[in-house]
Amino acid sequence: MNFAVIFYVLGFVLRIEGLLMFIPALVGAGYRERECIAFFAVGALAFLLGLAISFRRPKNQVFYAKEGFVCVALSWIMISVVGCLPFIWNGDIPNFTDAFFEMVSGFTTTGSSILTDVGALSHASLFWRSFSHWIGGMGVLVFLLSVLPMSGGAAMNIMKAESPGPQVGKMVPKLRESSMILYIIYTAMTIAEIIVYIIGGMPVFDAVTVGFGVAGTGGFSVRNSGLAEYSTFCQYAIGVFMILFGVNFNVYYLLLAKKIKQAFSSEEVWSYLGIIAAATLAIALNTLHLFGTVEETFRYAFVHVSSIITTTGFTAMDYNLYPEISKQILIFLMFIGACAGSTGGGMKVSRLIVLLKSVRNELSRIIHPRTVKRIRLEGKVVEHETLRSINTYFVALLALYCVSLLIVSMDDFDAATNLSAVATTINNVGPGISLVGPTGNFSGFSDLSKYVFCFDMLAGRLEMFPMLVLFSPYTWHQAFKRKKKKLDEA
Amino acid sequence: MRIIIVGGGKTGAALAVALTDEGHDVTVIEQDGDRLQSICANSDILGICGNGMNYSSLTEADIKDADILIAVTGSDEQNLLCCLFAKKTGHCSTIARVRNPIFLKENMFIREQIGLSMIINPELAAATEMSRLLRFPSAIEINTFAKGRLEQLTFKIPRGSVLDGKNLNHVRNKIESNLLFCSVQREGKFYIPSGNFELRAGDKASIIIEPMVAQKFFRKIGIETHAVKSAMLVGGGTMAYYLAQQLLHFGIHVKIIEIDSARCQELAEKLPDALVIQGDATDKELLLEEGLETTQAFVAITGFDEENILLSLYAREISDAKVITKINRIAFDSVIEKLELDSVIYPRHITAEYILQYVRAKQNAVGNNVENLYKLNEDEVEALEFKIGEKAPVVGIPLQDLPLKDNLLVCGINRQGKIRIPRGSDTIQPGDTVIVVTGQKKLDDVGDILKKS
Repeated sequence: MNFAVIFYVLGFVLRIEGLLMFIPALVGAGYRERECIAFFAVGALAFLLGLAISFRRPKNQVFYAKEGFVCVALSWIMISVVGCLPFIWNGDIPNFTDAFFEMVSGFTTTGSSILTDVGALSHASLFWRSFSHWIGGMGVLVFLLSVLPMSGGAAMNIMKAESPGPQVGKMVPKLRESSMILYIIYTAMTIAEIIVYIIGGMPVFDAVTVGFGVAGTGGFSVRNSGLAEYSTFCQYAIGVFMILFGVNFNVYYLLLAKKIKQAFSSEEVWSYLGIIAAATLAIALNTLHLFGTVEETFRYAFVHVSSIITTTGFTAMDYNLYPEISKQILIFLMFIGACAGSTGGGMKVSRLIVLLKSVRNELSRIIHPRTVKRIRLEGKVVEHETLRSINTYFVALLALYCVSLLIVSMDDFDAATNLSAVATTINNVGPGISLVGPTGNFSGFSDLSKYVFCFDMLAGRLEMFPMLVLFSPYTWHQAFKRKKKKLDEA
Repeated sequence: MRIIIVGGGKTGAALAVALTDEGHDVTVIEQDGDRLQSICANSDILGICGNGMNYSSLTEADIKDADILIAVTGSDEQNLLCCLFAKKTGHCSTIARVRNPIFLKENMFIREQIGLSMIINPELAAATEMSRLLRFPSAIEINTFAKGRLEQLTFKIPRGSVLDGKNLNHVRNKIESNLLFCSVQREGKFYIPSGNFELRAGDKASIIIEPMVAQKFFRKIGIETHAVKSAMLVGGGTMAYYLAQQLLHFGIHVKIIEIDSARCQELAEKLPDALVIQGDATDKELLLEEGLETTQAFVAITGFDEENILLSLYAREISDAKVITKINRIAFDSVIEKLELDSVIYPRHITAEYILQYVRAKQNAVGNNVENLYKLNEDEVEALEFKIGEKAPVVGIPLQDLPLKDNLLVCGINRQGKIRIPRGSDTIQPGDTVIVVTGQKKLDDVGDILKKS
């Protein structure tokens, strides 16, 4: 393991985070709040520390896949720890576990909260919470790749570890340009969205924070009631934008490059839109008796479906009141998640398509044992390697789900709460059902459970393997052996 | 520039690395997914899994916006077809690798009909380099500049040579003034030497010199300069055919040992003047019987790198022949360097070098002006020839006053066909071509030789 390079990259990440922290600090200063001082202080400290760590380029530039994975996992843990310090310092969230949970939830774009009253927080803290969604949505290291000069292989290893989706593709030959394009599209869409909300009558602060939440598919709200207070127009707009941010960003690049035909032929995006349409229709029909008008029924169904499938987690009303079948549909949507290459979490539609197709293939093989068939996605044959990695991902997801569920169940809440709480964190959605539903929160869980949730959120955002690699003894075996040898020699 | 490489074999991969290093946007089209993965893992390129003759693969690679397409798949026909399609759909220049001797004679015809910018034949290029070496056996490497008026020769300073222990000023004043030492390799390290640099036996020195002066210089320092009179070629592939053809043309006796009897028949048919021997070249007795001890040159060009290396080492041991070894694949350059193999030819490098030279020259339109480019000693040092424009920043200033970059040497000025080995007081004029040897890479423009102020 080449620790020198890993620390070098970590130093860079710290520098970027330090700089980004000045934004909430300035917002706080604008509202003349005392709480903003903590952000200034931690931001400056983080920047200086990062500068010190990454001051000199290490000589040994070896950077393999394992370094990429460890580096990404460590970066995400580090930014969460550093990011939660201002909360503790300025007293908004005094407990470390809670603050860490909140920050992990922010960066992983989950949106689960331990706060009982969001209104009591300072503007600076509220802004930082939502801003962390935006940062985490596209990934810190993807941003880093557009500024940090690294060799092609090393950069690709980082990109692979952080980007969501079974296959990581570049849009243009240079990785650097690729990540630059991603961030430009991301920023432009966020600005457009915020403008729409402001036109729709949202207060500017709300428009910006909700905008960050939607862009990163996070879901931290600055109101206790979620989206309920915003106008009908805004609720529809939020629903639409959530869906847009759940679409593979390659599609937008293709549109920009004027390859309209190619952009509209994406199998994954059509399936994704199809699932949304079907689920919205089903829930709307099922809940028609609950609301006064068809419009209202449809609006709530639409906002919740798009919010859950993109793993954003904004809610416009308490869907705990829905009939069981509608709630169950929402739980399934959590697992499906958005498209690969978007800011959304979950399993990703493309993985689902491939898994279902492989089941169909297996069936046909039982009936015609000698049949030779290849699975296709977007008209292209899915390589055996990709298929294997999707299968392992799925098994790892289920295994982590079960283990987490067992640990969390020790807190003695009801099954619906536990099942949905783990599902919502592992898929980076936000709210679950029952006690962790739209009106509830995660504050009732024990510290142990909260750390399990944190792990699940990180593992979910980074698609399992970086976190698993970080905590796997194989990864550290060699490093420790070498250290021991050194000690023995001494 | 946007460059598409079709075919991700050895050459394709080497090109992808070299071109991304130069800062180009490279897209590789390759059919084999695994192979593509390994190229993508090693360099920052866009990989497209598909066939280069396939229109949709070419569109996916953005052929319309590409500047250059390089076709280096295993098949000549594929390469040509691919270039043809590319030419018809896009506006790019096309380069095809074509190896089959059948196409060689129609080279110009094919180029014109398909609109190719360049045809590379790695076997022919390697054979040409080998024949150049055999005609000047004391050199390990020969590159030509200024249309052959100036050569860059690499030779090893033998034990007991008059050059041993002398510094460059001494060589210049006492032995021969009309030459320039441009790089010296000693124990794996490279030096771009200055006047008080001391030469030692065992150094590999590169000099820039006129061909006529070279003969004189080598005679003065006691190194044989006559072309070989006989050559033994081991392995009868395409390269052997090209080489034999060229050597026979210069009246050198050629003996080819080839194991496959059908191939022997073919060679005998095509090369009536050569002596074709059917047999296994790894058979020691056969080699001795055929006069390995007395031959003046031994060229190992079988299809197996290991065999070539072993045979060459054996030939070095028992004879005084000039030995040339072809190595196709092996990446362990540093180990090979230590084996004392005499001249080693890497056809893959030659191909990549040719293409790189073309790509840099292609930037000419954008104001750059590389005429020739050679990579010396394991890519550590580059020798370039620049054309000087009216407005070049180096014009009219004596060389000693130019703020040249470190590790860089101006080795030759070609003024209307007259060659000058420059001194400090010389100036560069518009219309000249200038030869520069440097450890710095990525020089595209003559302005790049100056320190950035």
